[in-house]
Amino acid sequence: MELCSEEAMKYVWEGAIPLQIHLHESDVTTLPPPPPALVLGPRIGYLPLLVPIIKPYFSGALPPGEDTVWFDYKGLPLKWYVPLGVLFDLLCAEPERPWNLTVHFRGYPGEVLTPCEGEETVKWSYINSLKEAAYVINGNSKSIMNMPQADQFDLWQSLIKGDMDGYHRISSRLKLGPVGEDCILNRASSMQSRQATDEPEIVGSNRPSRLPVRLYVRNVDQDLEYLEDVQTLDNWDSVSYINRAIEFHKEGGNYMTLKHAMRNILREIFSEEASTNANELDGTEEADSAYRDLETTSMKNDLVEESTFGRQGPNKGTLVRIQGIEPDLDIPFAWVVNNLKNPDYFLHVCVYVGTSSKAKAK
Amino acid sequence: MYQWDGTLSPSEFDISVADLCERWREVGTSLPQWVWLPDRALGALSCNVAAGYLAIENIYHQNASEEGSFEESISRDEEPFDEATLVPSNKNDMHIYDYHILYSFTFRVPVLYFRGYQSDGCPLKLVDIEKDLPAYSLKLLRESKWAFITQEDHPYLHRPWYTLHPCGTGDWMKFLLCSDAPNKIPPLHGYLSAWLSVIGQVVGLRIPIGLFKSV
Repeated sequence: MELCSEEAMKYVWEGAIPLQIHLHESDVTTLPPPPPALVLGPRIGYLPLLVPIIKPYFSGALPPGEDTVWFDYKGLPLKWYVPLGVLFDLLCAEPERPWNLTVHFRGYPGEVLTPCEGEETVKWSYINSLKEAAYVINGNSKSIMNMPQADQFDLWQSLIKGDMDGYHRISSRLKLGPVGEDCILNRASSMQSRQATDEPEIVGSNRPSRLPVRLYVRNVDQDLEYLEDVQTLDNWDSVSYINRAIEFHKEGGNYMTLKHAMRNILREIFSEEASTNANELDGTEEADSAYRDLETTSMKNDLVEESTFGRQGPNKGTLVRIQGIEPDLDIPFAWVVNNLKNPDYFLHVCVYVGTSSKAKAK
Repeated sequence: MYQWDGTLSPSEFDISVADLCERWREVGTSLPQWVWLPDRALGALSCNVAAGYLAIENIYHQNASEEGSFEESISRDEEPFDEATLVPSNKNDMHIYDYHILYSFTFRVPVLYFRGYQSDGCPLKLVDIEKDLPAYSLKLLRESKWAFITQEDHPYLHRPWYTLHPCGTGDWMKFLLCSDAPNKIPPLHGYLSAWLSVIGQVVGLRIPIGLFKSV
């Protein structure tokens, strides 16, 4: 099966959020105040990179002094290192078009936001994420650390210009994927080796493959059928930021699905001593379909663990949003990673955890 | 032939956390005890291995050049300064630090996050913190490619904290614990104590001598 789709990747690279940027009233020195700026923000880009486009709209109205630029959405200061598309997917349960943001040129909230001095800071943050992704995929960050300066410059320029082909020309030398046809899941050996020994995992050809994922989880505690009713996020404490590496093996078995990858992370947050009762199973059918071709003892273990997931009660539901779409959870995880990942080689996933009037754990 | 890469798994981290707390208690120090704070963000859904952080807070920082500060405080207050009690005699000069140890799931190593304050609660900038660090530490931070302080969002508190980047940790931990037997995998319960005995020195956290004994 084709695990790389250039068409899908183009959609991701060309994806943009229409923004309506308002200057904060405390920064306005003219009467009447300037009208908002209408800007198209690339999904894979970052807010500080839009400042050179936005500033000309407002420079006549600004007070004298040095700029320290930051953005807020309904009062929530926006974390500049999170890709714009992710911020939109996470903060607008029901997509708002255009997305109304407020820009500030003064009064940087240093106790809430890490400092950002413009493009250089964003680039540094992006390179660090790339190093981290490389570490997850290869066990070291050498390919990034050894990148010639010129390549690093070109890579960054390709990102900010949205030049996907230029980007891939350079990034293909970094040995960071894509995930190939042979990357399929074998949970049995993974689980048995963990149970058999206290020793750390073996490095080398037996080392399980890992893929870098960033999850942003919002516990909205309401029915996900009615997204327009989801309350505005007023505090970053309500979002769990989960920076992880998903493991999977390259030996025989079936394709690991997006659903399985999600449960891989979210299962870890459930109690390991959870008592299991097969009768409480909510997602039995889904468990069966995910492991249809696996006939090993691990399948029984997985079913037991699936019941842990259902333990939250029949009304818990989740909404998974990646690059603005809610993908079918049965899609092979490898396809999702290859085509929907960000240029930093992380797959950024927004998860809403709420209730579901369909009474089915997704 | 197995080759350990200097990292540890989430459950090994949890075991090592308990081990560190016990050693810290046994070794005896005027510093407070470490406290484990689990991640509560997801409420009832959260009961995660290695999700949370080990915290030690309100640590009064002694100046890197101890004799210097001792004499200064003597001449200013004309009253003896008892190092053992860690009660500041010259409050205006005292800096207070909080240290958190977290687990990085991507690098598979512990990470230190820390913050400093003036006695009035005003947060310290990096330049102020650097003044509190011993000279050898500053040299290391400037010259080593693996040791550098950055400001990042604390993964659980969602606010900017200072941190020592974890990227080189696996390499130097492997050297620390395995250099005499490179193909041996060391017992990992003492990982955190060994790690802290090195990291503590970099950030000027006074590690009790007893923690250094071979793990």
